[in-house]
Amino acid sequence: MQKLVEIASNVSNGTLSASAVVEQYLAQISAREPEIHAFNLVTADQARLDAAKIDIDIKAGKEVGALAGVPIALKDNMCTRGVETTCSSKILQGWKPPYDATVVTKLRAAGAVIVGKTNLDEFAMGSSTENSAFGPTRNPHDISRVPGGSSGGSAAAVSAGFAAASLGSDTGGSIRQPAALCGVVGVKPTYGLVSRYGLVAFASSLDQIGPFTNDVRDAATLLEVISGHDPMDSTSIPQPAPSLVSVLDQGVKGMRIGRVTDLPEGCETDVLERLEAAFDALRSAGATIVDVELPSLQYCLTAYYLIAPAEASSNLARYDGVRYGNRVDAADLNAMYAATREAGFGEEVKRRIMLGTYALSAGYYDAYYGKALKVRRLISDDFARAYKDVDTILTPTSPSTAFKFGSKTENPLAMYLCDVFTIPTNLAGHPAMSVPFGVGLDSMPVGVQVLASTLGEQAMFKVAAELERAS
Amino acid sequence: MSEVEALPNGWQLIVGLEVHVELATKTKMFSASANRFGDEPNTNIDPVTLGLPGALPVLNQHAIELAMRIGLALNCKVQPCTFHRKNYFYPDLPKAYQITQYDHPLNVDGFLMLPGDVRIGVERAHLEEDTGKSTHFGGSSGRIHGSDYSLLDYNRAGVPLVEIVSRPDIRTSEQARQYVAELRSILLAVAASDAKMEEGSMRCDVNVSVHKPGTPFGTRCEIKNVNSIRSVGRAIDYESRRQVDLLESGGTIRQETRHWDDSTGRTETLRTKEDADDYRYFLEPDLVPLVPDPAWIEAVRAALPVLPAARRKALAELCGVDKDGESALVVVERGQDDYVRAVISAGGDARRAVIYVQQAFAEQGSAPKVPAKDLAALTILERDAKVTSTQAKTLLADLIEAGGGDVVAMAAKRGFETLDTSAVEAMVDAAIAAEPGAWKKYCDGEEKALGALVGAVMKSSKGKADGKIITALLQAKKSS
Amino acid sequence: MAEKISQETVIKVSRLARLSLTSDEAEKMTSQLAGMLEHFRDIDALDLADVEPMTQPYPLKNVLREDVVAPSLDRDEVLGQAPAAESGRFRVPPTIGFDV
Ligand SMILES: [Mg+2]
Ligand SMILES: [Zn+2]
Repeated sequence: MQKLVEIASNVSNGTLSASAVVEQYLAQISAREPEIHAFNLVTADQARLDAAKIDIDIKAGKEVGALAGVPIALKDNMCTRGVETTCSSKILQGWKPPYDATVVTKLRAAGAVIVGKTNLDEFAMGSSTENSAFGPTRNPHDISRVPGGSSGGSAAAVSAGFAAASLGSDTGGSIRQPAALCGVVGVKPTYGLVSRYGLVAFASSLDQIGPFTNDVRDAATLLEVISGHDPMDSTSIPQPAPSLVSVLDQGVKGMRIGRVTDLPEGCETDVLERLEAAFDALRSAGATIVDVELPSLQYCLTAYYLIAPAEASSNLARYDGVRYGNRVDAADLNAMYAATREAGFGEEVKRRIMLGTYALSAGYYDAYYGKALKVRRLISDDFARAYKDVDTILTPTSPSTAFKFGSKTENPLAMYLCDVFTIPTNLAGHPAMSVPFGVGLDSMPVGVQVLASTLGEQAMFKVAAELERAS
Repeated sequence: MSEVEALPNGWQLIVGLEVHVELATKTKMFSASANRFGDEPNTNIDPVTLGLPGALPVLNQHAIELAMRIGLALNCKVQPCTFHRKNYFYPDLPKAYQITQYDHPLNVDGFLMLPGDVRIGVERAHLEEDTGKSTHFGGSSGRIHGSDYSLLDYNRAGVPLVEIVSRPDIRTSEQARQYVAELRSILLAVAASDAKMEEGSMRCDVNVSVHKPGTPFGTRCEIKNVNSIRSVGRAIDYESRRQVDLLESGGTIRQETRHWDDSTGRTETLRTKEDADDYRYFLEPDLVPLVPDPAWIEAVRAALPVLPAARRKALAELCGVDKDGESALVVVERGQDDYVRAVISAGGDARRAVIYVQQAFAEQGSAPKVPAKDLAALTILERDAKVTSTQAKTLLADLIEAGGGDVVAMAAKRGFETLDTSAVEAMVDAAIAAEPGAWKKYCDGEEKALGALVGAVMKSSKGKADGKIITALLQAKKSS
Repeated sequence: MAEKISQETVIKVSRLARLSLTSDEAEKMTSQLAGMLEHFRDIDALDLADVEPMTQPYPLKNVLREDVVAPSLDRDEVLGQAPAAESGRFRVPPTIGFDV
């Protein structure tokens, strides 16, 4: 695997051509994409053009960005002007947005070469990428297993060497869980650090874009490029983004790392063993392990599965067959709406629209949505207490390694439980990342999750870098 | 108050108004797409306006400022506020939710004073976004019922609105008309909106119910599509009669939304409460709270112009007219009160100045072409009886036609010889001598005899003497 | 908390959401939603009376934009992505009755 930072520096200093890099990655896509299905769309022609342009700029002595010639894949829920953006949904199949997401503009400005749009659970709702309307993505480590989700395509693309890095979105674990299952690094930044403008909304108060990379340094580099204040997003934090690459070699000596004493049950023992090994490694590197209690953690799943569907039910109401996307014709307007949405949305999306509509509707708001918002506060308060004592917290990323296709599709709740360790971060708006840390009994990758408080990315990356050195 | 609209058998009318006003911003409520009326369809659109996937709203600072102007002009409290999503499906609503204010609106608890010092409470004046425009085609009527298809233009979608909700304090259709007219002149005065009802930048929904005093308010009906001040009155008169007739004949009122048809002069059911949507309001997660800084609020308040009511009062006091009377109302509405003040400063007669302007300056706008000193000279000519009031009207028309000029020369050109009071007095004495019978009757208290004496003076002056002056001279001579 | 969700409620909710469910789908949906809502009863035991709802993860206020016009999107490009368009506008089937 080539490191993003090496590609960028070699392309910038002219020892490597961006075109050669792109060809190498496109060749890998040709070789393995048919069995993996990481992409909804490979933009090979445009990628070749973009790479050639970078090579011309370099020959002409022009300044190129921090990602010069780096092939990057985008989750197919980020708007790309004139390039199909589907959210892996039939309702948006064929839609070519008239504008670029802010992250796309930033990537282009930094010289990145976009190689394609990756598969996801429809509208990012799922934990296995089995909910894609265009067929599942397979885990590059074992194609009988899921890559995780919802950003399964982005995780698989990096894991399979289809791109040097990719972007995903994380609403309840959709970057970190597939990163863990595919053995790559995945980061969910602090809510508001990366602009959501042009990210097709699932749950607005939870969604964040973040990177998938082969190592921690690449993740820090890519996150520095995409983060920062965006006046197009009212929830974007109006402060300079933290410097990350600069802290990677600082070590963890003297840091205090939290171990959650009341972690929800259901985690597989081999995963818990890897977590213990991670604590040992940090302790040897000079960190102190401190027990923390997060009593409200057990209620996170409930709060999340009321809040996220509620927001989603409203965010997905715009897919009505009027302005864009697909329509099923009918004699009158309401029949057209119903037929369009019935045919356009998959089962899981409908289930969450139903759940969210119900949770917000007259007579049920206080019992469900209103209560969930209060539980969200409890969780946030729990974290605030814990972070008085510790710099970061370590948990498993996923309760298990990658599971087999179909093993959880019949029971929505079983699938929801995949997110039990990742959801709390989204509810609190905190950063968290998954770092590969060995394998489980099935030889599949295991991820360890590093959590930090709001804008605590520096502490988080220091710990992640240390774990990477120890693994 | 006019009793024409009074309802039979002791029924009392209760009216509340919800007025939507489009703000005079350059861009939309939540995006930089242009806020312009009358452009080609779908040429003022952007990702936010169309509700494209991934688009996000950002508040327009100028819209907030204009909304605060409205709130402060309506004596509201301006407070920290939030935005909610109101969810419902309709093709003119691009995101399938309207961003609006719900439990924490920007402006609350104000009032507006009507002529006669009637106080109408303003419950709230909140910010929200407008919808696009549907046009219905096919079928017979071009109306929504029975059409074959509709076409959508989103230029208006996202235009900033303030919805001003009155308390149910209005008791007659005349008060409702006055409320809308007064609100409109306030909106114009603070330059928050062009408030053109005919273009839809000011739109009224009227809530009407009837009850017997001492009993709870009746069930109300909301009337939509009331597009002129006149229609406000007509719709209320029709609807209140309909409700009274229904109740008197043993029926009950259903809570419903009704549509005003200006051509038939009737309201008809649009939808009933039972099939009303469940809007599933929740806090808009894509926006953050708006907490106007007290210094900002005070700066907006300090920059407010003098409002129409205060201007009418000041003008009325200056000119000696009724503050709720036609001349003060009309002159202030046209923004000509400063002009009247200039005429008075130029030495003009105050009362004549305001009345001349009211009667003859309808087309002149807030900066009439006639120089203030010329109009002042005319009021003095008339006051000093150098010309009669009829002659003065002619000269006023000449002055407006010419855009100003020397009124003395104009009077001379018209052959309006200026008669001074001593000349008239001599004619009065001559008339008394010529008509001794009439003079005696007049002195004995027979007022009718005055006519013969005035007529005689008029005749000898060839119509150039002022009737009022003649009368005054005769009165003076009688009591001396 | 509320009683068990009924199929009638599920159908009502599906209408609000403009999703037409067949009766089989409605039945399956009812049992799945009932299962989830049962699981979500875990928060019923919490005393939340004095807890402030949390709606946004990062506390910001007064995020405002200058009132400056930016160019419109190209109408043809936008209408080219629409399911149906005519005379510079989006076309939709007629509304039957006043449903909204
Ligand atoms: Mg209203
Ligand atoms: Zn409104």
